[in-house]
Amino acid sequence: MPATAKLSGERLQERIDAAVPGAIEQAANAWVCVRPEQLVATMTFLRDDRELDGRYLNALSGVDRYDYFEIVYHVSSLSHNHEMTLKVRADHDEPEVPSVASVWRGAHLQEREVYDLLGVSFAGHPKLARIFLWDGFPGHPLRKDFMAMPGGRSPGLRAFPNEDEETWGGEFRGD
Amino acid sequence: MAIDTEPLVVNIGPQHPSTHGVFRMRVTLDGERITDAEMIVGYLHRSMEKLAEERTWTQNIPFTDRMDYLAAMTGNLSYCIAVERLASIEVPERAQYLRVIFAELQRIASHAMANGTFVNDCGAWQTPLLYMFREREKVLDLFEMTCGARLTLNYMRIGGVAFDLPDEFLPQLRSLLDELPDRIAEYEQLLVDNEILLMRSRGIGVLSPEMAMNSSMSGPMLRGSGIAWDVRKADPYCVYDRMDFDIPVGHTGDSYDRFRVRMEEVRQSVRIIEQAVAQLPPGRHCADVPLNFRPPEGEIYSRIESPKGELGFYLISDGGPQPYRFHVRSPSLINLSALREMVVGQTVADAIVTLGSIDLNVGEMDR
Repeated sequence: MPATAKLSGERLQERIDAAVPGAIEQAANAWVCVRPEQLVATMTFLRDDRELDGRYLNALSGVDRYDYFEIVYHVSSLSHNHEMTLKVRADHDEPEVPSVASVWRGAHLQEREVYDLLGVSFAGHPKLARIFLWDGFPGHPLRKDFMAMPGGRSPGLRAFPNEDEETWGGEFRGD
Repeated sequence: MAIDTEPLVVNIGPQHPSTHGVFRMRVTLDGERITDAEMIVGYLHRSMEKLAEERTWTQNIPFTDRMDYLAAMTGNLSYCIAVERLASIEVPERAQYLRVIFAELQRIASHAMANGTFVNDCGAWQTPLLYMFREREKVLDLFEMTCGARLTLNYMRIGGVAFDLPDEFLPQLRSLLDELPDRIAEYEQLLVDNEILLMRSRGIGVLSPEMAMNSSMSGPMLRGSGIAWDVRKADPYCVYDRMDFDIPVGHTGDSYDRFRVRMEEVRQSVRIIEQAVAQLPPGRHCADVPLNFRPPEGEIYSRIESPKGELGFYLISDGGPQPYRFHVRSPSLINLSALREMVVGQTVADAIVTLGSIDLNVGEMDR
């Protein structure tokens, strides 16, 4: 039984470039990064193309990369049983990317989730509103600087608790 | 004489037995018919994705129990498989088989709950639900015997499972497996051709295959609409590629089809467990994975077929002790993408049936 094939970034770039020239900003081994201006055109092509057949949006996730935000689309074809990964980057200060809710209905709630938790707006979304948190909630919790530790430290472990006493016990306990 | 009417807004939930948790649907009514529907969620949001960024890879396993608390085993499994793929950890063969057995037992328990509450929503108050609870209890007894917990199991580990089977497990599983086909036949006899159930659920909440695909539906929702897609077949994990089973599909995509698909999946799960028990090899139940470890830098999207649908984890590691990003693709949330289309035009009573057939779990939806 064949497992789901993962299309390489080069393969995706080659195919997309032929239809939407200049849409690809960067192609890596396992993914391609799309220019925001051409995102909707690329995704529409991806969905309607017979060979790529990206009619099924598996997941839409947002990532805070400190300097920029990254929205990751995992798209697959149920008939060819392959999977594609596309990314789009958004500026950190005023993050905004085009919405793909018009391409896949399944993106509707997931974009609202990213908007709520990471504060990335989606231009053209039919109803962009917070989904889990209430209106007026201060900030976006999944951002890395949300409730940053005193002294400008981002939360999280530097080392395992029993691995490095000094890193674990020091610095931000005193503040 | 013309009668003036005005639209009426009704809140279904958040605390209403038909919403299976704290889910709220605000519907606008014109007489009996729904003209607009809006879902309001977040009552059970516990910010698990943020919490997970502060805990080690191993410490995150218990969170996955508390997502879909009716199918904790598959939540555990999906996360552990994602981490194992990210860190290239080999899992012993016996552990793979144990995982299949427990994941399928969990599917039986979850589908029993889903179908029981669905029939409940159709108006058969509590009786069918308690019948189905009988089977679910037996599955939970098996879980309790193995890992001490019934609901939040925390049984899977990165690299295998927490405990090997106790001696009394296999005989008790045997008696359950012998009993289940008769039980399923009993339910089918009682429910499948039951005229009241047919009238309440046929043609209600119809989801076309195109809409199902475009709305990222998964699990029984997708299969109920006639698309034979199952991650266990399409992208096999554990040892599902060695198992022989069928993918049941519906024809019209209505609530009744989804009910039938779940019923048939229980039968297929029994088949899978039979095969897994017959093939169960001796050996170790867990690989030697240190409690604290650092997967190499990288990212992964890994999914399994949970009872609700495609449960995926998008994990990013920066080489540190904890995940850099921990994102859950939760089927309960995404299966609601087409909710508005499914309920607009129906009466409130039919919207309740539609909602019941989606089998949502608020813990997983809100995380």
